[in-house]
Amino acid sequence: MLDILEKAALHNGLVAAFALVGVIVLLSGQISRRLTFGRVHGSAIAIVIGLALAYWGGKVSGGHKGLADLSLFGGIGLMGGAMLRDFAIVATAFEVQATEARKAGLVGAVSLLLGTVLPFIVGACVARAFGYSDAVSMTTIGAGAVTYIVGPVTGAAIGASPDVMALSIATGLVKAIIVMVGTPIAARFLVLRTPRSAMVFGGLAGTVSGVSAGLAATDRKLVPYGALVATFHTGLGCLMGPSVLFFATKALIA
Amino acid sequence: MIIYGTALLATCHLLGIFLGDLLGQALGVKTNVGGVGIAMLLLIAARLFMQRREILPKLTELGVEYWGALYIPVVVAMAAQQDMVAALRGGPVAVLSAVTAVAVCAGVISAINRSERREEDPAPVPVLHDNPLLAEAE
Repeated sequence: MLDILEKAALHNGLVAAFALVGVIVLLSGQISRRLTFGRVHGSAIAIVIGLALAYWGGKVSGGHKGLADLSLFGGIGLMGGAMLRDFAIVATAFEVQATEARKAGLVGAVSLLLGTVLPFIVGACVARAFGYSDAVSMTTIGAGAVTYIVGPVTGAAIGASPDVMALSIATGLVKAIIVMVGTPIAARFLVLRTPRSAMVFGGLAGTVSGVSAGLAATDRKLVPYGALVATFHTGLGCLMGPSVLFFATKALIA
Repeated sequence: MIIYGTALLATCHLLGIFLGDLLGQALGVKTNVGGVGIAMLLLIAARLFMQRREILPKLTELGVEYWGALYIPVVVAMAAQQDMVAALRGGPVAVLSAVTAVAVCAGVISAINRSERREEDPAPVPVLHDNPLLAEAE
């Protein structure tokens, strides 16, 4: 019996993932209503549960894709993978008020630039403080503080060592997780209320996964505005990391 | 037909990714530059264009909106496949640089957003359409 059930789930991975995520969302909705009286958004709880399951899956399987590495939950990898994630993000653009987005275009672009340069400087300085004092390592770890994709792309381009690359990816992952979990908590401090504020947030907070999950857990209506800016983040980071930022770092420490 | 909406979304998505790849290649980066963002802009433009010419029936809209409404479940699935173990194993350098970077950015976000002049207070809720799918998702 159990074997047959397991086989059914294995052969219908994506469908099983829909069912599993449905249960998680249902559960977190109940927790939100019953235990926190609606103070903590159901989506925020669902994302935290997702992250906890990712940790458990990573521990059990020893892989890098959290729950998706357990064959029974392989469908999670498809459902939460880049393809469907981007598809759903693009779909949210349907709700964007074009006038609002245009009004905040410039400030969005400025925050995008700041959101690349500031984390880079911080990351590079922390790396230096911990003894990674060569330009290549500082740049790679700094780029990791931009997003976990910019880090390895930059590192590969300028020839960083594998352990520095791993550190850079870890930095980006920790950042994404902090943004996911922290955004709903800090929403009041960040003044996340208007489309413009969401675009500023998307530019500065950076990581698409962090921004999209963080805004989803704060206010679903703000998601498209934040995501619109944040999706340019990785591109800009990969453009500036191995070039401008690397040369600047090299010039500064030489 | 509901598939028209989903096909429109898929076309915008593919076109955006394609343009993003082209842009990346033109700039000499080994990655996609803003493909998803370009796709979003294309979809916004397509919607405005089709609404103006009144060739956007409700069913077509639903084909897009369904996926927009599935967004949060997809994000939950995304969270469930993060490499949490590696993130937590990164040690003090990773944690410290990530925390500091987020803190600095949060300060700047807060400063910029506080400077936003408040024409209307409380801020008007962006007008959504009367779509029950999306009302649920909130």
